[in-house]
Amino acid sequence: MSLLEVENLTKRFGGVTAVDGCSLSVEAGSITGLIGPNGSGKTTVFNLVTGFIPRDAGEVRFKSKSISGLGPDRIYGLGIGRTFQLARIFPRLTTLENMLVPIRRVGLRGLMARGQWNDEKAKAMDMLEFMEISHVAGLLGGSLSYGQRKLLELAAVMMARPQLVLLDEPAGGINPVLLERIADHIRQLNAQGATFLLVEHNMGFVMNLCNDVVVLHRGQAIARGAPAEVRANPAVLEAYLGA
Amino acid sequence: MRRMSRTGAIKAGALVAGLALALVLPFVAPDPATTNIAVFTVMYVGLATAWNIMGGYTGYISLGHAAFFGFGAYALGLLLSHFGIAAGFQPFFFVPVAGILTAVIAVAIGWIALRTRAATFVIVTIACMFMLQLLAENLVGLTGGGAGLSFPVPRWSGDFFNIPYYFAMLALALVGLALSWWIRGSKFGLGLLAIRDDEDKALAVGVPTRAFKLTAFVISAVLVGMIGAVYGYYVTYIYPQFVIDPLVGISMVLMVFLGGMGTLWGPVLGAVILEPAQLWLAYNFGASRLYLVFYAAVFLVVILLLPRGIIPSVMELLRRRRQHRAEGPTGRASDTHETPRAVPRGAAP
Amino acid sequence: MTLVLEAVLLGILTGGVYALMASGLTLIFGVMRIINVGHGALVVLGAYLSFAIVSSLHIDPILSLVVTMPAMFALGVALQIVFIRPLKTDREALSVLVTYALALGIEGLLGYIFTSNYVQLRAWYETASFPVFGFRIAYVYVFGFGLCLAILAAMFWMLYRTSFGGAIRATMLNRTAAQLIGVNVDRVSALAFGVGVATAAAGGVIFGITNSFNPGSHYDLISRLLTIIVLGGLGSLRGAVIGAMIMLITTDVTAVLISPLWASFAFFVILIAVLIVRPQGLYGIKVRDRA
Repeated sequence: MSLLEVENLTKRFGGVTAVDGCSLSVEAGSITGLIGPNGSGKTTVFNLVTGFIPRDAGEVRFKSKSISGLGPDRIYGLGIGRTFQLARIFPRLTTLENMLVPIRRVGLRGLMARGQWNDEKAKAMDMLEFMEISHVAGLLGGSLSYGQRKLLELAAVMMARPQLVLLDEPAGGINPVLLERIADHIRQLNAQGATFLLVEHNMGFVMNLCNDVVVLHRGQAIARGAPAEVRANPAVLEAYLGA
Repeated sequence: MRRMSRTGAIKAGALVAGLALALVLPFVAPDPATTNIAVFTVMYVGLATAWNIMGGYTGYISLGHAAFFGFGAYALGLLLSHFGIAAGFQPFFFVPVAGILTAVIAVAIGWIALRTRAATFVIVTIACMFMLQLLAENLVGLTGGGAGLSFPVPRWSGDFFNIPYYFAMLALALVGLALSWWIRGSKFGLGLLAIRDDEDKALAVGVPTRAFKLTAFVISAVLVGMIGAVYGYYVTYIYPQFVIDPLVGISMVLMVFLGGMGTLWGPVLGAVILEPAQLWLAYNFGASRLYLVFYAAVFLVVILLLPRGIIPSVMELLRRRRQHRAEGPTGRASDTHETPRAVPRGAAP
Repeated sequence: MTLVLEAVLLGILTGGVYALMASGLTLIFGVMRIINVGHGALVVLGAYLSFAIVSSLHIDPILSLVVTMPAMFALGVALQIVFIRPLKTDREALSVLVTYALALGIEGLLGYIFTSNYVQLRAWYETASFPVFGFRIAYVYVFGFGLCLAILAAMFWMLYRTSFGGAIRATMLNRTAAQLIGVNVDRVSALAFGVGVATAAAGGVIFGITNSFNPGSHYDLISRLLTIIVLGGLGSLRGAVIGAMIMLITTDVTAVLISPLWASFAFFVILIAVLIVRPQGLYGIKVRDRA
């Protein structure tokens, strides 16, 4: 049984049906790619799964339990993290503070206590070092370069050890050298137990990194399989070239 | 004993000195006119600090906080008359009860107002304030309506009269500051600041934004309510339009802006600068309407010249100087060359 | 029953004035995303300007609009350039304070010049009325309503039929995108603010004919206007008009059915009820602050 199950998900915006009875699943331990031509509904699926927009129909199940209709904060608490298409961090907080914001469990003592910061700070610095940006821990998020922001965003999301991470265009606007680093980080985190679902246009990135690929077209999943299979699938080619 | 850095020692010293000064002030300058100014100044220190917990930390600007100020005053006044409490020191012990009552109404108002995003929130708070004013004016049986509500008047000598009120206000201001400091250094406070920067992103990393915003709002409102209660007792007679007064609400906002939104000491600085100035202006120009023009001018100058407030502007200046010295001639941050600041800014006020 | 009918009719007629004033306010919000808390004071300023003109020239108050509307338009543009445009960071919050300061300044100045005595704009047809369904409606209300309708129609025409209006709407929908297609958003903002203030002047005249006012009247006005645009949805002109109608009809009917004291309260209750169900107001769009 899959880690994430999306069943018949539908979302309409006025006259446009962005997601149209979309069904897909993500296996635990995988790095799954979600690809498709522009306008196929990929980011909308992300927004639906993570609770940012309400669905019109369908179900989303995480670890066999329904999460449809929950708010984004509850969903993060259940173990699903996400990054955004244009990397979002908190500009007026320092890099380290950015790492300390994520909340997995809301407990009164944990929230009000000042003492047990140190454990969390140590964990945060470890993660920053893993991403190789620990040297900017004291800088304000707003003064980081775009590449640093992307790394910080991923590092912060990982702070609460989510089991499933949705990455929205992790390769967007990134130079090839940094891209390789990001791919490595994802592989390492995957080896440590995190499952990834990533939306991407950079085919090279997807083919190299993902072991499972889902193709979306006009709001529906039209193909599924290993990268090589999907690349050769005529329906997929039709969607990209015909669309 | 924990080893203190030099700046830490200076800060602690200044804190102790300031506290000592605040404690002996009414005895050093016992003239009632001066202590009256002191009462109002400390009152605004408390109000500004309280408002900052919501407006400064979360970025949700409430222009209706005067509602809680007035509500607290009415709450105390009604409690005192209902239980027949005599004047003196006893009423002060009912101030926390007025605070609890304010909490109830703050939850109600906050729950509705926080359903909306920042721009609408401002207006809804204003609307709630006018609603409360209407209620105060119209529920004549309860509040006395336009005729006002009286408080028991203590039979203290003219020289002594202001002093208990001063200390009551001071106590509330210190409680407010302590709360503000504690919140800032906690995960809750970090969540509030995150909400201010990017509310949706905060949601995405698990911050329960509605609960956090409501909590900050209620804490802020309760403090303001208690301060309002002491104010009511101080002036001994309250009227709806003077105790639920938009000018009070806007003053506390301006003070926080002047000092620095979201900082710990900004509200204090703003209050200490603006309240005496406000009282002076009112005293000298209050009769003619020109008082408002001057006030407006001060207002505009502050906002246009120091949009970020005094403390953040000063901190920015210092930080840039430090960065300049650390970077040398290139002057730009980069992946590998940036010299980090030794201490993460995390918990420092 | 006739009392209620009269109240409804009166509500519609006076709703026109508030619709006019509120549409200026919501336009300003839509274009610049700022809450002009000084709009009430600008209305009062317009009323006093007309008052001064009428007192010295003894003309019909509505004629004074020929002078006051252009003058206030220019004032609006100037205010936007001097006080609003320099605000770069924290725009929404700071603009509230700035416009509030302007309101206070205007109140102080008017109080100094005109004192705090209540005045009213006098028109020859003030007391004339005509019979409807067994009660009488004063001509002033009808004229006022007609004028408001005319100006609102002109505003809608400008917005939907001229290229300037198109530029305004583009800026309202997406400031950055508007800039990218060549709209000078700074200029549009200043001019839009001017339009908003000019409509305030017009509203001020009608308001001044039908109500007595003094410099402090702007508090009550702005609280009503703000609640109207929240009810209607910030930035929606249609919402401003409908919201104004709902507000005035509700308050007038409540005043008749229950008591005048609770009239405004009834409106606030409606506002709260709407916000609970639809936080974005009747015609507002549910906006996530960022994509």
